[in-house]
Amino acid sequence: MGLYMQKKILNKSLLSIALLMGLTLSPLSKAETVVKYGISMADIPLTTGQPDRGAGAYQFTGHTIYDPLIAWESNISNRPGKLIPGLATAWKVDASDKNKWIFTLRKGVKFHDGSSFNADAVIWNLDKVLNDKSPQFDSKQAAQVKPRIPSIASYSKIDDSTVVINTKSEDALFPYQLPWFLISSPAQFEKVGKDWVKFASTPSGTGPFKLEKLVPRERAELVKNSTYWDKSRLAQTDRVVLIPIPDTVTRVNALISGQVDMIETPPPDAVDKLKSNGFRIVQNVTPHVWPYHFSTNPGSPWRDIRVRQAANLAIDRDAIVKLMNGLAIPAKGQLDPTNPWFGNPNFPIKYDLPKAKALMAQAGYSKDRPLKAKVIIAQGGTGQMLSLPMNEFMQQSLAEIGINIEFETVELENLYLHWRKGSLDPINAGKDITAINLGYVTADPFYALTRFMDSHYIAPNGVNWGGYSNPIVDGYIAKIKSTYDTKAQDKLLAKVHEAMVNDALMIWVVHDTNPHALSPKVKSYTQAQHWFQDLTTIKM
Amino acid sequence: MFLYVLKRLIYSIPIALSVSAITFSLVYLASGDPISAIAPSDAPEEIIQSLKTQYGLDQPLPIQYFKWVARAVHGDLGVSIASGRPVLSELGTSLRNTVCLALIASFIGISLGCLLGSLGGLYQDTFIDKISTFVSLIGVSIPHYWLGLLLTILFSVWLGWLPSMGASSSPFAFDFEHLKFMILPALTLSVIPTGIITRTVKSIVSEMISKEFVVALQARGLSQFTIFKHIAKNALPTVLAVGGLQIGYLMGGSILVETVFSWPGTGYLLNIAIFQRDIPLLQGIVLVLCLIFVILNLFVDVLQSLIDPRMRRGVNHD
Repeated sequence: MGLYMQKKILNKSLLSIALLMGLTLSPLSKAETVVKYGISMADIPLTTGQPDRGAGAYQFTGHTIYDPLIAWESNISNRPGKLIPGLATAWKVDASDKNKWIFTLRKGVKFHDGSSFNADAVIWNLDKVLNDKSPQFDSKQAAQVKPRIPSIASYSKIDDSTVVINTKSEDALFPYQLPWFLISSPAQFEKVGKDWVKFASTPSGTGPFKLEKLVPRERAELVKNSTYWDKSRLAQTDRVVLIPIPDTVTRVNALISGQVDMIETPPPDAVDKLKSNGFRIVQNVTPHVWPYHFSTNPGSPWRDIRVRQAANLAIDRDAIVKLMNGLAIPAKGQLDPTNPWFGNPNFPIKYDLPKAKALMAQAGYSKDRPLKAKVIIAQGGTGQMLSLPMNEFMQQSLAEIGINIEFETVELENLYLHWRKGSLDPINAGKDITAINLGYVTADPFYALTRFMDSHYIAPNGVNWGGYSNPIVDGYIAKIKSTYDTKAQDKLLAKVHEAMVNDALMIWVVHDTNPHALSPKVKSYTQAQHWFQDLTTIKM
Repeated sequence: MFLYVLKRLIYSIPIALSVSAITFSLVYLASGDPISAIAPSDAPEEIIQSLKTQYGLDQPLPIQYFKWVARAVHGDLGVSIASGRPVLSELGTSLRNTVCLALIASFIGISLGCLLGSLGGLYQDTFIDKISTFVSLIGVSIPHYWLGLLLTILFSVWLGWLPSMGASSSPFAFDFEHLKFMILPALTLSVIPTGIITRTVKSIVSEMISKEFVVALQARGLSQFTIFKHIAKNALPTVLAVGGLQIGYLMGGSILVETVFSWPGTGYLLNIAIFQRDIPLLQGIVLVLCLIFVILNLFVDVLQSLIDPRMRRGVNHD
């Protein structure tokens, strides 16, 4: 065979290979990117609009499929987020009537089913959860969101792009309630025969993802909404598959074996193994605290501030972080010091055993003459971290300064019941329970501070469990409700937090960091300093 | 025979009712509240009360129970409190998944158990007998969820051969893509029946081998295989009874194994229902599982009587 022929054959072969590669590569370059996400819940949260299963569920079937009027900035990790426009571009309180909030709605937004978002849709959705006479009223969704939007008294449409919401009393913090309230499509509800069960399988919102497939307890497949109105929040992965794996060991095994690409809350004892296998642990400051919430009512052993402060000084928080294998941050108060509402408390939360012993001695207690108290704790569950080992650590630490703790151990659901009833209710007082260990979400001013500090919320009117009452703090809270300047509001909230820490209302132990384990296939994921996370930031 | 079957079916009604009543009471005796499954932890009393009214949980327990029974006899098992979906549809897919798993696990357990038990019984005090004893001992004493974790670490995490959890995302088909999800949970589930059946078969075969009819058969010069066939025929009713019970247990699904493998079967569903105090779902699952168990036992009894004429005489006299 001549050189020319050889070259010709070679050229033809190269051309064929190039063509073949072109044919093979072109579909590859357009291949759908998929992330499989092992979540810690036993089932996919409600997909009808208002997710159940707590604050942590909003990232999965809440802010993915739907949008609120006012959103929470969740696509940044280096600072706490803030309120940002969602389906409302602007909101303000009426100068002449401070109970009246006027919302300007975003124009040109479409639901996934193609229908338009407008003022009628907002009113329809408010009726969905607040008006039990409306045909679209859904008690399940109402149960989820009604406690989160307690200020709303009434609402009305002004025009197609303006709505008014009236609050029960003046409440400058009202906008913080609205990221919880999500807007479903009225047209889709009609289309599925006004049936929320059917709507759950074929939901329609305005969010950055559409739900393509729902298999209860097995998976939910969310696909990118390419026509999403906020182009800065377009999903970076085409498909997110949510797979409920409640068991921690199973979740870790699924990640290591490649069945999922990322998981929620890897257990502390798996961290080293995951890291050594090339997996990344991502965590951040999270609005959560693991405390002992005291009863300050007459007769409670914690009524003496010296005892409460001594208990705070007796805990080696770094040792607990070590116990958690680094998946926690030592607490210096109800909030992390990076929070704008942290302020500058006089009483520093730290480990200082000699000072703790001295305070106990002043209060008349020692190891030989110990103070006895009963604390109600949960066996485990969401937000409770490593409940039993951590509580045992607390018990040993407090015994060092002469506080002998006895535990009443119950299931988490039962603990909530004890919590809602308050410390004076016979369910607690009848068993001499004077402190409760319950992981708290501290995401907004109400959740972090006012619900525990305002005397109007003393249980059973709210979850001021221990009956804390301080007229000065009540005064701050009243002032916050009429302060509309965010910076001034932050300063007042900081004063509430300072009072909370100075009065040592709780033993603050650690903050959860909401850890995630990512396989090397996940190129990026921005973990916000919140329970609301933005799944559009996942990039494969 | 027809009357016998009918009578047994009628007997199953009070059994099912008793089981459902006990479950119903136990759920209420346990602390916690079904409403906690759907209301946020800090939901005010007003919301909790309105939900209780909506689900009829504010009514006295006996009324709640009898209302449930009245609906159940009409085939309406109600709606899950936690998910809002009909209990029957929740049960449908879970039951299918558990039955698939149970059939494979039963096949492994019964085949292996019969083989090892027979060999152990036939070759007493030999190495084979020791293996048989070891397997039966391991089978009845090993915690199967622990074995499940070990198998996962070995075959999924280290070797990467098999999936560690879940079921296939596409509708079931009889191919490796679907079956591979079942291998580890089925193997894990099969351990207990393997152990129990090995022990049962071994003990019967050992007992039979010393019986006079076997000695007589040997004296007549029949082959070992033919003698074994006679032994097997005599041992079969007992093996069937034990095997049937084991299949019944497996059909109920294993809470621990299905949770370890996140296998979406009835055990996994039951686990969720218990933790959420989802009474309609819990009641529905227990009722259906109870009926399956009763029917399976009946099926085994009928099968036994067909195989063993002595039992049929007993049935007719019943």
